[in-house]
Amino acid sequence: MTSVLIPTLTAHWDDPDSFTLAGYRRAGGYQALPKALGMDPDAVIAAVKDSGLRGRGGAGFPTGVKWGFIPQGDGKPHYLVVNADESEPGTCKDIPLMLADPQALIEGAIIAAYAIRANRAFIYVRGEVLHVIRRLHHAVAEAYAAGYLGENILGSGFGLDLTVHAGAGAYECGEETALLDSLEGFRGQPRLKPPFPAIAGLYACPTVVNNVESIASVPFIVKHGADAFAALGTERSKGFGIFSLTGHVTTPGQYEAPLGVTLRELLDLAGGVRAGHSLKFWTPGGSSTPIFTDEHLDVPLDFEGVGAAGSMLGTRALQIFDETTCVVRAALRWTEFYQHESCGKCTPCREGTFWMVRVLDRLQRGQGTDEDLDKLLDICDSILGRAFCPFGDGAISPVVSSIKYFRDEFIEHSKRGGCPFDPEAATAWAGGR
Amino acid sequence: MISDEARGRLDTDAAEIIARYPRSRSALLPLLHLVQAEEGFVSDDGIAFCAAHLGLSEAEVSAVVSFYTMYKRQPVGEYHVGVCTNTLCAIMGGDQILAGLRDHLGVGDDEPTPDGKVSLEHVECNAACDYAPVVMVNWEFFDDMTPQSARDLVDGLRAGADVAPSRGAPRLVTWKQAGRILAGFPDDQATGGDTAGQPTLAGLRIAREHGWTPGDGGAA
Repeated sequence: MTSVLIPTLTAHWDDPDSFTLAGYRRAGGYQALPKALGMDPDAVIAAVKDSGLRGRGGAGFPTGVKWGFIPQGDGKPHYLVVNADESEPGTCKDIPLMLADPQALIEGAIIAAYAIRANRAFIYVRGEVLHVIRRLHHAVAEAYAAGYLGENILGSGFGLDLTVHAGAGAYECGEETALLDSLEGFRGQPRLKPPFPAIAGLYACPTVVNNVESIASVPFIVKHGADAFAALGTERSKGFGIFSLTGHVTTPGQYEAPLGVTLRELLDLAGGVRAGHSLKFWTPGGSSTPIFTDEHLDVPLDFEGVGAAGSMLGTRALQIFDETTCVVRAALRWTEFYQHESCGKCTPCREGTFWMVRVLDRLQRGQGTDEDLDKLLDICDSILGRAFCPFGDGAISPVVSSIKYFRDEFIEHSKRGGCPFDPEAATAWAGGR
Repeated sequence: MISDEARGRLDTDAAEIIARYPRSRSALLPLLHLVQAEEGFVSDDGIAFCAAHLGLSEAEVSAVVSFYTMYKRQPVGEYHVGVCTNTLCAIMGGDQILAGLRDHLGVGDDEPTPDGKVSLEHVECNAACDYAPVVMVNWEFFDDMTPQSARDLVDGLRAGADVAPSRGAPRLVTWKQAGRILAGFPDDQATGGDTAGQPTLAGLRIAREHGWTPGDGGAA
């Protein structure tokens, strides 16, 4: 049987000292860095392009292409910013990666900074993860002491300073330009694009913003070659990725597999939906990606496959909900989240999510009407494509998709004058795991 | 109030923070974490302190404070408890946990108990969904909670018991101490605590059972 899982980034997470420099080196770490420093920076960019690596933070933009957009010889400082603001509901892969293996991120960051000719890099980590922040500081200090950071790294003449920067609680800061505004000391609100960060990013200088998992994948590509990475995955979605199985599943957790794996394959390994229950709906890549149902168990989980089936691969956050779950409650709660986190900069998102919550709340309490459903979809239509940043499009995804697949359940609430589900039956302690 | 004694210490810390950045304003978020670490919340004094160090107006600093949920403008408890009620945790039982704690403690959002020990807040997704339902205390993970275990947790915190997170530092720090770490002055606990819980390692273990060899590490 061919390997369904291929632990790579996750391969050493159970070593008790995996997070230390010694543990990382013992697992083969810091072998890519000298190789990269011996290459021309453009050759490093070319290798990452050739590998087919696409951004692991949700959007899936080709990483090497992003690096190639940085103007060279422009006389301005260049910056690398690692987006460690992992906050998309359901997404829980970067946090365990940084807890267990922060040196992989740092080695990748040094290589990326070398490639784009940046001498300053930042890790923007969400603030609500105290031990991850400790581990990052510890790892950076160890890397400095070993000569992997600072002046003249490994005698190459290349120098890099890396700063760990903790955020302060704002989902919107996961959007790359909002993150840059936040890192500059402002409210975390998105900027108009263009210009893109590659031209005018941090302090209006050329900047690459990459997700944690994207950067942590770079040492493998440099060490084993672009072909080794490109040999995995599917035609246009190359390599491996961490899939996070959560919710009503027998064995929740992190499953690293080549892109293109299916939920059916992953669920088989994870012992299926919790005992005595059946799959009702799931997200392929976080709450901003339209939900799927049991019709979609065999959709290849790559960018193209999920897109063709009407959703997005996103962050591979596979949130599993069984038949005890009220889809109206789920959609309402996600919408409350978007209302709470809307940065307020643009009207469609700020006002739209506010009204969506009110209509959904009425529907959930069984006091809605059929016209409310149409009104809800009308509001969604007024947000789609009209918000300043992708937040708005993400906010309507759970609502539009849940009405698409479960319209009758919304209407049933109104008919009965209340919610037909028992919230206790859906809890973790209701059994089944 | 920031005392004169504290101001001396904080001036030194602030200079160190500002020196980390090419432009001083980038130091604003860590400086706010720093003043919150001193007083337990961001006071008017704290805002004035940040403004003075960065050459900003107090209005400019206030505008930033009000944007981010981790900054508190009123004192919270020595142990600030956040219950995740985003969809997945809510459905897995987070709603029942929050309702139970509100009832048990008799406090509203961000409001401390009369002894000042514990405050409560509902939080959004904290990136630990494979351990749902999740509760945070001073931004450390308490995994796979139930209404009873959450109740025991806050009772222990109020009684001064030794409480350790499921995945995190061996010793739970106070709200103020957490603020210093957020400002970029970590304590000595980085190497303590578990590296990964069972769900973090689920795929790795299953792959080994099947004899699927590792892809030789991102490292490797």
